Amino acid sequence: MVSVKKRGFFTTIQDTGRLGFRHLGVPVSGVMDRYAARLANSLLENQASDALLEITMTGPELLFHEPTYIALTGADMSAKINNEPIELNEVHQIAPEDIVSFGKLKKGLRTYMAIKGGFQIEQILNSRSFYQPITKLDRIKDNMELDYTPCEAYSPRIIQIKPDTFWKRNKIHVYPGPEFALLDDKQLEGLFANTFTVAKENNRMAYQLEEHLSPNTYTMLTSATLPGTVQLTPAGKLIILMVDGQTTGGYPRILQLSERSINLLAQKKYGDKIEFVLH
Amino acid sequence: MGAFDINIRSFGEQAIIISWPDRVEEAILDDIIAFKTYLQETSFSAKEWELVAAYNSLTLINNQHLIDLAQYEESLSKAYKTISNSKSATRWLWKLPVCYDSSFGIDLEEVSETLEMPIEEIVRMHTRQPYLVYGIGFLPGFMYLGGLPKTLETPRKAIPRLDVHKGSVGLAGKQTGIYPQESPGGWNIIGNCPIPIFNVSKDPPCFISVGDRVQFYEISKAEFELHQIEAEVGIYNIEKQEWNG
Repeated sequence: MVSVKKRGFFTTIQDTGRLGFRHLGVPVSGVMDRYAARLANSLLENQASDALLEITMTGPELLFHEPTYIALTGADMSAKINNEPIELNEVHQIAPEDIVSFGKLKKGLRTYMAIKGGFQIEQILNSRSFYQPITKLDRIKDNMELDYTPCEAYSPRIIQIKPDTFWKRNKIHVYPGPEFALLDDKQLEGLFANTFTVAKENNRMAYQLEEHLSPNTYTMLTSATLPGTVQLTPAGKLIILMVDGQTTGGYPRILQLSERSINLLAQKKYGDKIEFVLH
Repeated sequence: MGAFDINIRSFGEQAIIISWPDRVEEAILDDIIAFKTYLQETSFSAKEWELVAAYNSLTLINNQHLIDLAQYEESLSKAYKTISNSKSATRWLWKLPVCYDSSFGIDLEEVSETLEMPIEEIVRMHTRQPYLVYGIGFLPGFMYLGGLPKTLETPRKAIPRLDVHKGSVGLAGKQTGIYPQESPGGWNIIGNCPIPIFNVSKDPPCFISVGDRVQFYEISKAEFELHQIEAEVGIYNIEKQEWNG
């Protein structure tokens, strides 16, 4: 098992999500950056659905009790094993009593730490993804313990991967959303000719943007929303729903992000700039 | 089915949205539920697809791969027009107990003043008719109920509360509903339902479906406490009737 010595800013266990319950109002949850998470699990030859840690902004300090292998992908948070810096996108062997810790956030926002065989926590509604109140916890806590199946020896077929660096870019690819046709020329120009800034209000539920469009009086009946749905409020505020976002909403859904762009946005933090590009 | 003009379009890379005319109408919801049932029983199985119905739309979400609308558009449109009345899933009327005691109905007095209606009358009007579940969303198990009497329409609270208790029954505008869990909220709270609407240890975790009906009935504080204990130990039997319109 792993003992959480320090929990970090916001660290959760995630997998590929809680599918099949959206009609009852349950968000899909799961990893925010599916590309990075998939890469981490692939390096360890895990199942794509194996549970891993999603580490946001400031990393935890973790004490391992049994041998295993880990791989870190996504944001660069100056990860270390026993205070020695380690590389991202590489398989690392862990011995009992090893400590994994993190330092300064250098780029991106979310790091994924996969472990050989995945974290073995209880599944609730077919998923290990943290989401309160479906799960008791919304993030890991100091002194808690996380189970995994020890692995003495493993010879990875790939030791290191050079990841696609698309997440350094700032172009967010979007499709027209169901209410795209409501937008007038001025709003369309506002959307596609400008750069937007990620607001302080950004989390697993939604990313808000600092710049607004003009106020509007559009109305619609409540309907389904998806991760990556861009909603336009009457005040002109843009809200991009993410994986823990509500499953229905009453604001016009003007754009829909591609999966790749959701991954990209998941690595953006407060103050980062983005541009929308229509497919 | 086939009675309305529907519009089929793509919703991103993995979903299709089908829209019915833009109004709140029982016949529209019935049509959507019938089409949803037909699709689930034919080519849109739960293994691959999640179907979300709400008010005037049905969203088909593929959980496995990217989809091309062109592959589905014609067959969906044809199925909607040609399939005559497929059997719809069983629809239920759920009778849910609500305690309107002032210790739960913390806004009852204010609502009574705003509506210029005695509390007993509010309770009578609120429990008189079944409400239709037009959607479930916002929170796990949160129902969008239609059919509130006009005389009970109350504006939202000017300042939302940070923590509305689980089970709280509220009024806001044309809507009434139950908070399935503790959450922030701006509805006027008039009572509490002791039966958990959403329970992760149950399969399915929420017993109510879109298209079902819900009717409230008044219980005393003592009955509330009894039902709460019964629900906790899992012996409460929720009263339900088959609804045939």
